[in-house]
Amino acid sequence: MKFSKRHNNVLPGFGPTMGYTLLYLSLIVLIPLSALIFKTAGLSWHDFVAIVTAPRVLASYKVTFGSALTAAGINALFGVLVAWVLVRYPFPGKRLIDALVDLPFALPTAVAGITLATVYSANGWIGRYLEPHGIKVAFTRLGIIVAMTFIGLPFVVRTVQPVIEELDSELEEAAACLGANRWQTFRRVLFPLLLPSVLTGFALAFARAVGEYGSIIFIAGNMPMVSEITPLIIITKLEQYDYQGATAVATVMLVSSFVILLVINLLQKWSRRYAE
Amino acid sequence: MSAPATTYAGKTNANHRITEPALVRWGLTAVALVFLALFLVLPLAAVFSQAFEKGLGVYLAALKEPDALSSVKLTLITAAVTVPLNLVFGVTAAWAIAKFTFPGKNLLITLIDLPFSVSPVISGLIFVLLFGRQGWLGPWLDAHDTKIVFAVPGIILATVFVTFPFIARELIPLMESQGRDEEEAALVLGASGLQTFFRVTLPNIKWGIIYGVILCNARAMGEFGAVSVVSGHIRGSTNTVPLHVEILYNEYNYTAAFAVASLLAFLALITLAVKTVAEWKVRQQLGD
Repeated sequence: MKFSKRHNNVLPGFGPTMGYTLLYLSLIVLIPLSALIFKTAGLSWHDFVAIVTAPRVLASYKVTFGSALTAAGINALFGVLVAWVLVRYPFPGKRLIDALVDLPFALPTAVAGITLATVYSANGWIGRYLEPHGIKVAFTRLGIIVAMTFIGLPFVVRTVQPVIEELDSELEEAAACLGANRWQTFRRVLFPLLLPSVLTGFALAFARAVGEYGSIIFIAGNMPMVSEITPLIIITKLEQYDYQGATAVATVMLVSSFVILLVINLLQKWSRRYAE
Repeated sequence: MSAPATTYAGKTNANHRITEPALVRWGLTAVALVFLALFLVLPLAAVFSQAFEKGLGVYLAALKEPDALSSVKLTLITAAVTVPLNLVFGVTAAWAIAKFTFPGKNLLITLIDLPFSVSPVISGLIFVLLFGRQGWLGPWLDAHDTKIVFAVPGIILATVFVTFPFIARELIPLMESQGRDEEEAALVLGASGLQTFFRVTLPNIKWGIIYGVILCNARAMGEFGAVSVVSGHIRGSTNTVPLHVEILYNEYNYTAAFAVASLLAFLALITLAVKTVAEWKVRQQLGD
């Protein structure tokens, strides 16, 4: 009988919609991604290791992952602050600011790249005040961190904000009644509750920063060994028709982003358990 | 505690204790706002300031230039193909995933989200590996005189990949939270499957669709990394707006680069506005 077969679900269309979903997913995502794996599998292990541990490539991992870690850290700190202020404190223009937080999601990366490079250049709006103090941002590692901070900003705010909104005020009242001051309450009561979401936001911002290309290349200067990010190495190898080299480095990046994705999933599971 | 024993005063006292002193509040708000001003508002304002630096005439001339116009055309074509494809997929996938229970559901959702965690550069690379000269289908395409990579189809494919999850991941949780009671009622009352979808489900997910479509469209029009890899940078023929911005910028033609970039910045602002309204409507609908 139809009813018992579908666990009493009378809605039609499971077969065709599921079929189309799997077909489209395979054609657009799974088959193209597997092309990368197969191409890499064609390399010998020795060649693969030689390509992905070449000094210039190793230096690019250091630049990319190091800067992404720093940027995600800045985002975690300021993201929590912005989320806290947006939820807890009233100020004029709050809804506008709230909407504006998503700007890095909406602004195309190339536009972000050229405008950040301009603002932080020696005679740019911000750069002109930093330059006399010997702080060079554009065309240095610092520039990469600025661009990565820009694109990662919404992640922490948007993962922490709903958690702050849901915080039970009774907890804070209880802490206050038991004699805790505000800082103690935040550190001992609120922060542990926020931590899973802060870490999730941190990991999301980190993952985005590692793969980012458009907003960084304009401000980075792209000096080999110094300020060259891994995605740019892939592009350079492609432009030299070194498909195998590009594929090998891309595989390393793909595997690392899968590892980050796994960590994010575990974090989200943790925070959901925490919430219950 | 010296507070009088009236309820009113007691309440004020409690409120004092679960918020910070005014000075701390103002301080934190100021730090947060300065941070946002430096990191978000200033760069955005710089786009428009640079674009109009040499006056409206130069601005308009940069937009009317033939290469700029052809890049706008290509970007519009790309979005016009990408968004409907991913919309149909998003609605279909959300129906299958949100309205039915089956094993492997979480794995399927993770696979749909996959393009978000892939670097844009890799998203372009995989299509070069498939359809490029040295790729799997390269020789066959050559023999049939068809070009995908370094041509418009490649740009569209890479864009479809990059924007793949946007609409589905918005609709799946929305449709899951709405359950299937309303659809079941419609079916029991004699509506056909399609009638149920168009008359019951679609009005319920309308704002979710608008939200997904506007974000998908923004990314489709603004994608840079993936498109840059597959485009081949052929001026006037395979340049999208973001790629055109890059070319102008690298030619030190800053005013023109920012003029064209300001179109994309406008798009971003419109996207944010529509997104905010849609978000509000979805929340309101779920609140009912």
